[in-house]
Amino acid sequence: MTETTNEGRLSGVSNFFAGVGNRWRGLPKWQRGIGFLAFVAFLYYLPLLGVPGLTWLRTDSIEGGNNWAGVLFTCAVYVLIALGLNVVIGLAGLLDLGYVGFFAIGAYAVAIFGSTQSPVVKSLQDKFDLAPEWAITWAICIPIAIALAMISGVILGWPTLRLRGDYLAIVTLGFGEIIRIVIRNSTNWSGGPAGIASIPGPQGAPSADNHIFGLIDAKPWYWLALSIVLLVVFLVRRLENSRVGRSWLAVREDEDAAAVMGVNPFKFKMWAFAIGAALGGLSGFLFASRQGFIEPNQFNANLSILFVAMVVVGGSGNMAGAALGAVLLAYLPERFRDFSEYRFLVFGLALVLVMLLRPQGLLPSKRRARELKDRQEEVAVGA
Amino acid sequence: MLLELQDVTLKYGRIEALHGISLQVEEGEIVALIGANGAGKTSTMRAVSGLNPLASGKIVFNGEDISTLRADLRVIKGICQSPEGRGVFPGMTVRENLDMGAYTRRDSAGIAADLERVFGLFPRLLERAKQAAGTLSGGEQQMLAVGRALMSRPKLLLLDEPSMGLAPMIIQQIFDIITEINQQGTTVLLVEQNAQQALSRAHRGYVLETGAIVKAGTGQDLLTDPAVKEAYLGVA
Repeated sequence: MTETTNEGRLSGVSNFFAGVGNRWRGLPKWQRGIGFLAFVAFLYYLPLLGVPGLTWLRTDSIEGGNNWAGVLFTCAVYVLIALGLNVVIGLAGLLDLGYVGFFAIGAYAVAIFGSTQSPVVKSLQDKFDLAPEWAITWAICIPIAIALAMISGVILGWPTLRLRGDYLAIVTLGFGEIIRIVIRNSTNWSGGPAGIASIPGPQGAPSADNHIFGLIDAKPWYWLALSIVLLVVFLVRRLENSRVGRSWLAVREDEDAAAVMGVNPFKFKMWAFAIGAALGGLSGFLFASRQGFIEPNQFNANLSILFVAMVVVGGSGNMAGAALGAVLLAYLPERFRDFSEYRFLVFGLALVLVMLLRPQGLLPSKRRARELKDRQEEVAVGA
Repeated sequence: MLLELQDVTLKYGRIEALHGISLQVEEGEIVALIGANGAGKTSTMRAVSGLNPLASGKIVFNGEDISTLRADLRVIKGICQSPEGRGVFPGMTVRENLDMGAYTRRDSAGIAADLERVFGLFPRLLERAKQAAGTLSGGEQQMLAVGRALMSRPKLLLLDEPSMGLAPMIIQQIFDIITEINQQGTTVLLVEQNAQQALSRAHRGYVLETGAIVKAGTGQDLLTDPAVKEAYLGVA
């Protein structure tokens, strides 16, 4: 009974989204191309948003509101996280509750190797008799952050990806906490609870001379993050439609059936984990560069849950959905600051509501919706 | 000899599900494994396809010991299983499911020819090529699972309960097709609860009881065996 009423209530929303989606897919290719380009141009224009009638969207349109471009930057970083986690959860079907661990590794990679104040850089200066301004260049920290996150993904995945479902979720939850605690307790190389300051950006260590990527104006940071997001969208889309994407799909839908078709489930789960970890590391790297200062408590388990919520609320398996979830969960508490004290309550409620009324997420992937339906039918048959 | 199991045991945790199974499948045969629920039929199948590791014993395929080979590599050797029940990929279309069957192959001409062949055997699948597999009826899903397994062009086709949950008419049809596939040159190892159908189609059969083989013989011999009749064919 309840199910039918829920379906009735939500069918309007579903139909609306399905209608928009179908009309979009029905358009000729060039029209879709122009639509996409216009959307991208609008995204680049967003920090300057001054169109009358739309300015209420800006977070600085309310009293005490945060810097608009700064909020947009946070949204872009969260979208990057959601895209990475979507590879793990949405494409490969692995529930990772410790994604913050990779985010922290990326952030700490640029802090530990790029900041003149990090214990590691200082000891290198002493050992090799380098100038006190010496640190590893920002650009070189990018591959270091990605590589470290990827390696930790492989180290975590090697023993745990043989586990299934809930077991994997518990182990990854532990992983996220272990990373945070290890960083907090390793004062001699991570700065410990005091954190690390003076983390470099594209123009080097934070200073008043950084005209483009400075501390005050966040617009260039947003444009940088947005460009990376677009690049990642392109790359993940390519991956999704490749043999790798097909293998993930098969493993996610039925691991045993995939294995007897000749897919090595372990190998492809490992790839999903490593790619997801790399993107998590990249987003942590961006986050730390902009912040200039990080400390271990910024990377607690709450954040992991928030990341999963972004993907699940938005629609796992669909990049647009995951990105929408990330934007909503990053933007809404900033715009409606009166409620931000209650944000975890609101998140909790929103999650429960989405799970009850629209378990496939706001913008679901068609396949995921079908899989979910199939699983429900299976449960119904079993019961 | 195409496939030989030598004294295979298999465990789930501490519980031994198979206590030393030995059986042979000759090239070109249909061999049926029959038995009640929990007799170890599916476990035997999973041991052959590589989904469950052996506790002891040996599996030889085509003269090669494959006891410790991973499931996905056994597909390349020529073993393909059609899994029990809802073993299709529900979110993929029928066509995508069939393409997954050819996952290990690169010869696009051969794949196209085999796709024709599968559509020839199961015209129903051609009609539904663009439909999501999860929305097919039970019988259609079963056909798809068999068709998908054929797409790997296996030397040995493993069929796990192809008649499960199907109407008698459809069962008849599925078994006709299995016979046809076999006549086209594919060796078939078949696990069934429907002993009547399975034994009348099979060249040889084995009867499994609580994880051990209790009887072996030609399909006809087993069909007329009084003990088998009583236990599995529902006649006294």
